[in-house]
Amino acid sequence: MVITRRAFMKNGVAAFTVTMTAPAFLTDLARAQGASSNRSLIVLDLSGGNDGLSLLVPYTDSFYYSRRPTLAIPAGQVLQVGSDSSGKPLGLHPKLAGLKDIFNQGRLAFIQRAGYENSSRSHFTGTDIWEAANPSNTQGFGWLGRYLASLTPPLDPLVAWNTTGDTPLALLSSVSVASIPSVTSYAFSSPNGGSEATRERAAAVSIASHVPVDRPHLAFVATTAQAAMATLDRVAAVGAYAPSVTYPNTGFGQALQAVAGAMAKGTGTRVFWVRTGGFDTHASQETTAESGAYVRLMVALNDGLSALYNDLKNLSLLNDTLLLSFSEFGRRVPENGSRGTDHGAASVMIAMGGGVRGGLYGTAPSLNPDGQNATLENNGNDVRYETDFRSVYARVIDNWLSGDSVSVLGGNFRKPGLDFV
Amino acid sequence: MANGDRLVQHLLRRAGFGASSDEWAAYSALSYPQAVDRLINYAAIADSVDSNIGRAGYIGTTSRGAFSPNTVIDDARQRWLFRMIHTDRPLQERMTLFWHNYFATGFSKVAGKVKGENATRLMAAKASEDPTRQRGQIELFRDSALGSLRDLLVAVAKDPAMLIWLDGDTNTKAKPQENFGRELMELFSRGVGFYTEDDVYAAARVFTGWNLSVTGDPGDPSASFAFVYNANQHEVSAKTFSFPIYGDGGRTIPARPAASGMQDGIDLITALSMHQETARRLATKLYSFFVSETVAADPAFIDTLATVYLQNGTAILPVLQRLFLSPQFQDEAIFLTRYSWPVEFVVRAIKETGWTGFTTGAVLSPLVNMGQHLFDPPDVAGWNLGQGWFSTGAMLTRMNFGATLAENQKFNLARSAAVARTSARAVLDYLLTRLTPDLEPAVYADLLAYASAGITWTGTDAQLQTKAPGLVHLILGSSEYQFI
Repeated sequence: MVITRRAFMKNGVAAFTVTMTAPAFLTDLARAQGASSNRSLIVLDLSGGNDGLSLLVPYTDSFYYSRRPTLAIPAGQVLQVGSDSSGKPLGLHPKLAGLKDIFNQGRLAFIQRAGYENSSRSHFTGTDIWEAANPSNTQGFGWLGRYLASLTPPLDPLVAWNTTGDTPLALLSSVSVASIPSVTSYAFSSPNGGSEATRERAAAVSIASHVPVDRPHLAFVATTAQAAMATLDRVAAVGAYAPSVTYPNTGFGQALQAVAGAMAKGTGTRVFWVRTGGFDTHASQETTAESGAYVRLMVALNDGLSALYNDLKNLSLLNDTLLLSFSEFGRRVPENGSRGTDHGAASVMIAMGGGVRGGLYGTAPSLNPDGQNATLENNGNDVRYETDFRSVYARVIDNWLSGDSVSVLGGNFRKPGLDFV
Repeated sequence: MANGDRLVQHLLRRAGFGASSDEWAAYSALSYPQAVDRLINYAAIADSVDSNIGRAGYIGTTSRGAFSPNTVIDDARQRWLFRMIHTDRPLQERMTLFWHNYFATGFSKVAGKVKGENATRLMAAKASEDPTRQRGQIELFRDSALGSLRDLLVAVAKDPAMLIWLDGDTNTKAKPQENFGRELMELFSRGVGFYTEDDVYAAARVFTGWNLSVTGDPGDPSASFAFVYNANQHEVSAKTFSFPIYGDGGRTIPARPAASGMQDGIDLITALSMHQETARRLATKLYSFFVSETVAADPAFIDTLATVYLQNGTAILPVLQRLFLSPQFQDEAIFLTRYSWPVEFVVRAIKETGWTGFTTGAVLSPLVNMGQHLFDPPDVAGWNLGQGWFSTGAMLTRMNFGATLAENQKFNLARSAAVARTSARAVLDYLLTRLTPDLEPAVYADLLAYASAGITWTGTDAQLQTKAPGLVHLILGSSEYQFI
């Protein structure tokens, strides 16, 4: 049977959103498509290798329980989200109640088994591959960097906003990218006060304005300095943003608040980068114990994304927002001797936003260790990819960012039916 | 300034971290070859810098509680910064930094396994500070800064922090661990493209049994750590590589009894260290570090350095001697053209501006925001160098560090600039003899305009206390000053 989008919605979304008479997102979609210039993409890096099987649980797969004797989440605890197109029932981690709400509103999509052939089990290589969007060569610019470079100049220095201290490979570009790990410390300080400080700042702006054409490397730094000086006031305005909800008081929560603030203050940023770590759960993963390692990860994810979603909804900015999460790899199917999981292969991606067609994309793996099981690899130990992660990127580039995925990704990775946005 | 002086200044910026006025006075009396000799043959100079920590006349340190660089990683960071600022062996510290980036090992992962206190010991303790006299990784780099790469590779393969960082501690015959074997070839020797996946599997098997022995609870400060060769975890079969291992061209490490299986690893490392690919890769890295990362090296020059390396049994000292005395290094066109690493920027700024009343503790969080958290590189490939250091946030942090330092040194700067109080231009020119950027004329004009902006110059102490730090801040924050 061919799964059309309509049929998919019926099976995947409408089946459990019984009160929804007409999908509200259809009108929102139309609005969002009419205003592409204000659209923002937020890329969320779940750093360390997220265990997709604990986030989106195949709670009727008996092998899930037999292969994860201490880590499996009891079927009665998962938050059921219906079945995927293969008929497999799935449930969210019990701490993802906020995401379940968003899913019910049709604004959250899970893309199952996203990955690539010969998945790297190295954090470094794996992260580079996802960020370069190239499994065979991670040199040069990142996938978002290449997208930014494809935009028509001149570009505003806040066209991309990285909330981490270091610039991730994904954002490496010929275009200047703003790194703003903290909006409050993104300010110009001075050894003097009062009017002397003002004179210093004026001098610094003038000094940064000289971009010598015959010294290209000096010019590069001068351009960066210029961008820093030019963005100070607008970033300060973002720092003054009073959100409509309370964000978690964590680095992750504050980064999301800065993103919402930037959108609220109209910085015109197209691409945001947010990272939250701790997903490398080799030992004592504790998926259910109160304050267990994975429980805390899910609480942080749920609280952060729920706050962002509700804040943007209150600001009527949801239709301009797409959040996409990734992780460098998933984790091994069987748990290890330390009640944790080792590096695996494919995992689940999350898409959230006003333009998202919610639902379950792709199919869950069968966790049967039988060597003939085509949904696993590595002798039945790791989840094999079904959707090339570049197909997800392609959809985002083409349908959300109005770019050309073929040139940005260096090939045609478009995948029919992968129409989550 | 005479050309010879500019050359020695260039040497001190690249082979050291710039020069304080005292250092400059000492080095300016030397010819260029003498200065090279003094930097390279540092073994003749006493290594007593650490005994000055806490003394008047030196930069201070800031700790919660007693300063404890062998158990608290931020204190270890401060001790290293102190060394960079005050050492009489600047090339040794610079090469220690080079190796730290080359073998980039992250404190966070080590701490995840053995807790922060033990991880600090494994990263940074001196042998004398460890109960079992196990020296921390940075001490290994310091001791081996100009020694042979072959010996350093063997030591690194046995280094406890490295065994944790690249999972050698879990490399057993039932489950050969590929992490170290891969990086040994990809990052530490031949380089990407010069080995195959089969080589990785073979290298993993070579190092089976190269494990970590932990006495006591690994997270408890009483624990001790040491390399151990576990013969019963060594996979004994022959290992064949795509490149020669032995002088006769043989590519196969023979099957050996487990008891002597440790020789597999020694054979592999010895072979890798003597390969032409390794020699050229290391020569290229040293060229980028010391000469230029923006002008590609002349292949003949890389060949020369690689040959010196191979002819001297993989020793680094003769390679650097050849490098510093080369016309390529002495070419004026490369002066002040290398993007400074955050620690290079910070240490040079302190040495050139002054430090009395300043503390290394004030450097820690700016360094993180500039993108260089010492002892915690982002991954095994090290930091993203060159333009990678210069995001807007990092650039602002550099400017703001300049403000912090200038404000702290306000009175020192005003006092020393008093010799030039006759005019705003004289003060600026005086400061530019201490801070040494290659300024664009338009930038010089902006600085000059600022020096008398808002005032009528009279050269009073109050004016000096405002304008000297203001100028130093603007100079340290200029684009030109970001280059060494």
